[in-house]
Parts: sequence; C-alpha cells; structure tokens
Amino acid sequence: MANTQVRVQAGDFDAGAEIARLRAGNAAIGAVASFIGVARDRNDGSPVATLTLEHYPGMTERALEGICAQAVQRFDVIDLLVIHRVGQLQPLDQIVLVVVTSAHRGEAFAACQFVMDYLKTEAPFWKKEATPQGSRWVDARESDEAARTRWSAASE
Amino acid sequence: MNVTVLYFARLREAIGRERDVFSLPPEVATVGALRGWLLAQGEPWAGAFAETRRVRAAVNQEMARDDATPLSDGAEVAFFPPVTGG
Repeated sequence: MANTQVRVQAGDFDAGAEIARLRAGNAAIGAVASFIGVARDRNDGSPVATLTLEHYPGMTERALEGICAQAVQRFDVIDLLVIHRVGQLQPLDQIVLVVVTSAHRGEAFAACQFVMDYLKTEAPFWKKEATPQGSRWVDARESDEAARTRWSAASE
Repeated sequence: MNVTVLYFARLREAIGRERDVFSLPPEVATVGALRGWLLAQGEPWAGAFAETRRVRAAVNQEMARDDATPLSDGAEVAFFPPVTGG
C-alpha cells in the first residue's frame, strides 16, 4: 500500500527535507522523481510582480487526494507527496512540489508527470497575476487539457 | 430544494460575492438546469457567466462531468473558470 500525502499551505516547502524524510530507513526505494513548479517573472508578454493563488478549501484537498489515488492504482509507487501553496507569491517562489518514490525510475517519472498533468486540469486552483497594466486572471491552456487527455487515451 | 452556490476566481469577482443560498423550484434538479435558472435570474449571473468562457461546476466538491449531474437538497454547488494551478 503506497503512502500518499497531500498538503495545501501558504508557507514554503523544502524539497530536500521532504525527500530525505520519505527515504529515511526505506531501502526498498530505488528511485525518486520530483517536480517543482516555480513562479516566473513574465507571462504572456508582461512582467509579473505577484502571483496570487485562490483555491476551493475542502475540494482542493479531495481533488488532490483523488489524483494521488488514481496514480498509486496505476503506477507501482512507494510514496507520493503533493504540496501546493496558496495565497500571494512572488517571482522565484516555489508553487508546487510532487515527489514520487518507487523501486525503479520508470514508474517514478511516469507517476510524477501523471500527477502534474491531472493537477493542472482537475485541482481547483486559480492564478491571478499583478502586471503593470493591472491584475488579471491567468487563462487555462489547451495544451494542459491535451496533456491530461493523453493519459486516458493510453489506458484504452 | 435548497442549495448553496459558491463562486470562485473571475466568476466570484464578476458576481461580487462568494456565495448565495437559493431555494430552487423542483424542476431545477441538475447542474445544467441550475445554470439555466441562474442565467434567467438576470444580473449579475447572466453577465458573469457570459464573460467567463467555459464555466465549470462541482457538486459537493466533486467535479461535475456534465450538465446532467444531479443536485440534491442541501447540495453545495460551485461554479468557476477552468483551473490554473500548478
């Protein structure tokens, strides 16, 4: 039974410390894959001063737990950790962390990508960015939808 | 049937508040029917839903896959633009 953990928080995270904690004493782990999403200083041609993440408390955690449940059913993973920040962030700030441990790299890479592709289209977060022209909501990208759909096509 | 309706992001700003509580007529029993009923109430819903491309919905904190998703008494229904986390 895989160990899954989901956290939605305002504060920052330490990927190294999280990985060390998951690995501690577990010699069954042969691979660790991780993804960190970070706030950029430009988007759609404008400088971005701040990025504010709104979410749907309650549903956010349920959606992330649901995505993790699908991932551990589909891939042979040992640990799966997702941390997503909310509130006001600035360029250079970390936004999201996904860590997957498994016996071998293939499952770890795939599960990490699967979780991010689903998170991008299914987890109720919304980004608003402050630019010199005023603040604006970030539009969803069709490429994100395509990235998720790819996984359902692959399972048929 | 009573439902709580929540709004998020651009839709929340366009409507000007985070939630409403409605007592719905019996024929409004699905997400799609609720969407239509809100539009028929006029502003602020008509404008807010029109200016937000592809308004998505969740019922009791589960993503509603289509407009046929049923509502039940006391349901929490949320409307929001496509998500942009990560």
